[in-house]
Amino acid sequence: MERHEWPLFEVFVRAKRGLNHVHVGSLRAADHEMALHHARDLYTRRNEGVSIWVVRSDAVAASDPLAKDAMFEPSQDKVYRHPTHYAIPDSVPHI
Amino acid sequence: MGRQGAGVAADQGLGGEKPAAGGGGFDQAIARDQRIEPADEMPDGYRRTMVRQIAQHAHSEIIGMQPEGEWITRAPTLRRKAILLAKVQDEAGHGLYLYSAAETLGADRGDLTRRLIDGKQKYSSIFNYPTRSFADVGVIGWLVDGAAICNQVPLCRSSYGPYARAMIRICKEESFHQRQGYELLMTMMHGTPRQREMVQDAVDRWWWPSLMMFGPPDAQSPNTAQSMAWKIKRHTNDELRQRFVDMTVPQAAALGVTLPDPALRWNEERGHHDFGQPDWDELKRVISGDGPMNRRRLDRRRRADEDGAWVRSAAAAHAVRTSRAAGPGTGGLDGEA
Repeated sequence: MERHEWPLFEVFVRAKRGLNHVHVGSLRAADHEMALHHARDLYTRRNEGVSIWVVRSDAVAASDPLAKDAMFEPSQDKVYRHPTHYAIPDSVPHI
Repeated sequence: MGRQGAGVAADQGLGGEKPAAGGGGFDQAIARDQRIEPADEMPDGYRRTMVRQIAQHAHSEIIGMQPEGEWITRAPTLRRKAILLAKVQDEAGHGLYLYSAAETLGADRGDLTRRLIDGKQKYSSIFNYPTRSFADVGVIGWLVDGAAICNQVPLCRSSYGPYARAMIRICKEESFHQRQGYELLMTMMHGTPRQREMVQDAVDRWWWPSLMMFGPPDAQSPNTAQSMAWKIKRHTNDELRQRFVDMTVPQAAALGVTLPDPALRWNEERGHHDFGQPDWDELKRVISGDGPMNRRRLDRRRRADEDGAWVRSAAAAHAVRTSRAAGPGTGGLDGEA
């Protein structure tokens, strides 16, 4: 028998007001509306959220883990971006 | 871009964790106790083992809805019915978390379902035993879910990230399952002599199959060494079985039931309970398809799949039609709480 597979969606849940939506997992659904309903049933059965986003998984672009060194290395040698890089005498207040 | 299997890119990109094992660093990541993430390089054997284990686990959750699901319409009170409905719904949810995790490894959900129905992939032997009375619902929660918790808590630290994350979610919910079962049994033990008999009868039938849930003895478990080396498993079958027995004995005493094992006694020297061995030939028979309920369980799953086929295709056709009518770019992120 032919199987009609639904597309995959990634699910993001905001646990409470003031927090970001956070990725919680994925699910399959025929469309966005069904994905939202399934996400509610699957990921918020115990008051885990107040808002849900669903995104088609094939709409997500991801960085290549094999290229992570080239991708993230430039940020590693810029210590001057961190406040602890700067020596200030202890006697100077509020800084 | 990395491999574009279902969910791979998304899980990798949105998980918020640094890939542990790019550029052939699999062994190093395992040695450092880092997680392996979907798009990382990994040995074929590791990928195959993970897909098999996660799929078996997912199938177990889905088939596991049946033994207790049969009692939903016969629950003695509305409260027990609501609890049982919630529990069986959780099992469905656990299955779905796990199928998602399997899909991050390039497995296809429909294909996994097909393999289950065709008997090519297995599920936990425990669900091939019948539920004869409502006391079985309680004993399944207490012993079967208790054994599952013993097995699953260490899997929260399993080396494969999506599996470990699914297990964390599952373990949180599993605790309700065990407690509702134990509470149900306490209620029955405070009831009539007939009710107490029902509880003891259920314990007698489920005790040995529960011990079998940890798998064959270590000496007969050829995959354990490799799974431990890959940090998929953190403890051997026998270690987990011992832990379960030690946890359960005082719970049985508090409940007032007898565990049906004449060899069961505290060993002061070892600091653990000694206990008898389950019938390992029975486990082999049940796993290979010859348990009391194997055929019924798979028939039921096949029927559900076939009965739902028209719904799946109708929903897919509806989605295509409405997306054509609406055009691209529908839906937004404005729906805030």
